[in-house]
Amino acid sequence: MNEFFPPLDLVDTFWMPWATSKDFIWNAQIVTMGIMVSLSCGLIGSFIVARKLALMGDAISHGILPGLAIAFIATQSKALFPMFIGACGAGLLCSFCIEWLAKKTPLKMDAALGLTFTSFFALGVLLITQMGNHAHIDAECLLYGEIGFTPLAESITWGSIEIGSRPLLSIGTVTIIIISIITIFYKQLLVTSFDQTLSVSLGLPVRTIHYGLMLLLAITIVASFESVGVILVIAMLIFPSTTASFFFTRMPAILFCSIPLSIIYSLGGFFLARWLDCSIAASMVVVAMLCFGIAWAFGPEDGVVTKLFLKRNQN
Amino acid sequence: MDAAQVNSEVNLISKTFRFFSFSDYSVQVVVLGVIFMGVGCGLMGGFVVTRKLSLFGDTLSHAVLPGVAVGFLWSQSKNSISIIVGAMIAGFLGVFLISLLKKTTRIGLDSALGLVLSGFYAVGICLLTRIQKMEFGNQSGIDRYLFGQITGISASDVWAMGISCILIALITMIFYKELLVTGFDHGFAHSIGLPVDFLQYLLWMLLAFAVITSLQVIGVILVSALLIIPAATASIITQKMRNLLVWSALLGMVAGVIGSYISFLGSRLPTGPIIVLTSTLIFILTLFFHSQNGLLFKWLRLRGKERKIALENTLKAVYQELEGNKFSEDSVRLGNLAKRRRVSMPEMYQEAIHLVKKELAFLIPVKNQNLPSENTLTLSPAGWSEACRIVRNHRLWELYLTNEVQYAADHVHEDAEKIEHVLGDETVRKIERILSNPRRDPHGKLIPSRQDIEQGFIEKMVAKNLS
Repeated sequence: MNEFFPPLDLVDTFWMPWATSKDFIWNAQIVTMGIMVSLSCGLIGSFIVARKLALMGDAISHGILPGLAIAFIATQSKALFPMFIGACGAGLLCSFCIEWLAKKTPLKMDAALGLTFTSFFALGVLLITQMGNHAHIDAECLLYGEIGFTPLAESITWGSIEIGSRPLLSIGTVTIIIISIITIFYKQLLVTSFDQTLSVSLGLPVRTIHYGLMLLLAITIVASFESVGVILVIAMLIFPSTTASFFFTRMPAILFCSIPLSIIYSLGGFFLARWLDCSIAASMVVVAMLCFGIAWAFGPEDGVVTKLFLKRNQN
Repeated sequence: MDAAQVNSEVNLISKTFRFFSFSDYSVQVVVLGVIFMGVGCGLMGGFVVTRKLSLFGDTLSHAVLPGVAVGFLWSQSKNSISIIVGAMIAGFLGVFLISLLKKTTRIGLDSALGLVLSGFYAVGICLLTRIQKMEFGNQSGIDRYLFGQITGISASDVWAMGISCILIALITMIFYKELLVTGFDHGFAHSIGLPVDFLQYLLWMLLAFAVITSLQVIGVILVSALLIIPAATASIITQKMRNLLVWSALLGMVAGVIGSYISFLGSRLPTGPIIVLTSTLIFILTLFFHSQNGLLFKWLRLRGKERKIALENTLKAVYQELEGNKFSEDSVRLGNLAKRRRVSMPEMYQEAIHLVKKELAFLIPVKNQNLPSENTLTLSPAGWSEACRIVRNHRLWELYLTNEVQYAADHVHEDAEKIEHVLGDETVRKIERILSNPRRDPHGKLIPSRQDIEQGFIEKMVAKNLS
């Protein structure tokens, strides 16, 4: 087991990534990517969790796979727009299939969900394996992502000015879109998430908002799957808001909490991965898990230890 | 045919022969493996789906990943008991964490499942990517646990699968009744003194066995498909738990064998996804084409009923039209019928053709084909008797509702509109007896019968009304 944990060299782990300017630019891109992925996922995830749609998010993140594969085969590139169209098509088809099966057949919701997304996922994996190795999109990358390759991706130039690498640019765009949509439609999103009856009586377009949110979810997943993989996306969706819910009960506070949390996840994951020499994305989720564990134990709102402590004081 | 094509066809046939002759050692291992896996997962899936635990199964299968990695790290080799033990511990830890989260926090069940699923999976990936960088890691390609790699399974894996499959089958048989009761009525099972918690853990343990032994073949992500899809298919075929389990096991086995056969044919066809897609295909075929519960046949039956109802409504409309003229004529104009039935002229014409085909009426065409509404329809004797039957059903029911059930006379029509198509002869006789063979409905209209017409009663009525 000693072999598994290499000795922790503080200088090598914490200082060396930033020592030279070349290293700094390289690693800063990775960390920024991590922050933006967990920030955008965390923001959208707060609403997903509040609506009790966490497993729908899971299903859609698996379900978009065949769409991504088909878009890739058709265009032979990882350009955001065709990928986005493919993913949205597959994601919507997936959620439509789930709802249809649950309503029109004797199947229950859970079975309909499980049946649909595993089938979609299997189809996606099959399509991807057909592409062979020349494609820069392999099955493993989809499963746990390769955030470390962010600086390697081709950079996008506008005229003669180099703007930045493609994944970084696309997640940046998505983050801005999400932040602005949440700012503009905050009230509508909040009401429809917590009180369906009230929102119907207020005359809000509940179904449109629901599908809009699903679409936003699909965009977020498309922009992040390359770096964190389709399964870890679900962690990024759920962990920030559930962790924050041990500290705050109000929605704005939970939303703002995703900013410090995403910085902690990204940096923590980066250092953990550097120390253990393992997948950065998975390390980010491990850090998220640790944060969640601490919040679960000591959070002022509902923490286990906090509750015990309060009970003892009362007696 | 060019040479390549001939070659590939010969290849296909020889491969098919090699697969089904079952003489090749590697084929034997693979086929036995998928059969054990299909039966084991199918049986457990039956319980999982009927207890609405599908997503628990999914979470469990992701949660075993870190256990697999730790087990591998412990023994530094694959195919060992330590992987199974590790996976078992991790799986139980995951399930325990979900129930702990449910108990101590306000986090919803869906989020709790998602947290455990993705968190454990991440730990597993962390460990696996770390192991790959270590010296002994490369030899194994431990990646196979993610997607499964059937060509890599060995005789000892098949032994493990066989033992777990037999164990699952035996325990389900022994505890069948107890598992059935606890699955469908938890409170009742508790009250008759069944060890509910013990049975729950037994089921979890068997589920973990089924999942873990299948990992090598199908991988952590798709194993839940094998739990859900065959059982979901079986739940469409049958409602009885015993039959459901048998069907589910059988379908799991069939999907496994067909899937592994297809993947055997090609060089780049991963077994896990192919087995899942085969299973999905069987599900879709069953969903649409099952002879009793298939959607297609249900739809056809529904359509047949709708056509019958439309036909009967047209006959009724003809009767009412004739009655409106005090039976002074024996034919009706299609235009009037269409107005009464509230359908368009072409639709009315189609229905008239339908009546003619069934030999219930004769259509007398007009000379001027530009005026289709002037075509007239005359009922045949069979049509008359059918029309009388429907009108009689309708009016008898109206009378029954007003006299015996105390409905107001203006509230009975809607109900009678529906029931007139489904009243059987026996019920009609019964109502006649209860109402002592009435002649008039609540609106004062005649309740007709074939005899009335044959004995010239209606003509008498007409004459009486005219006078």
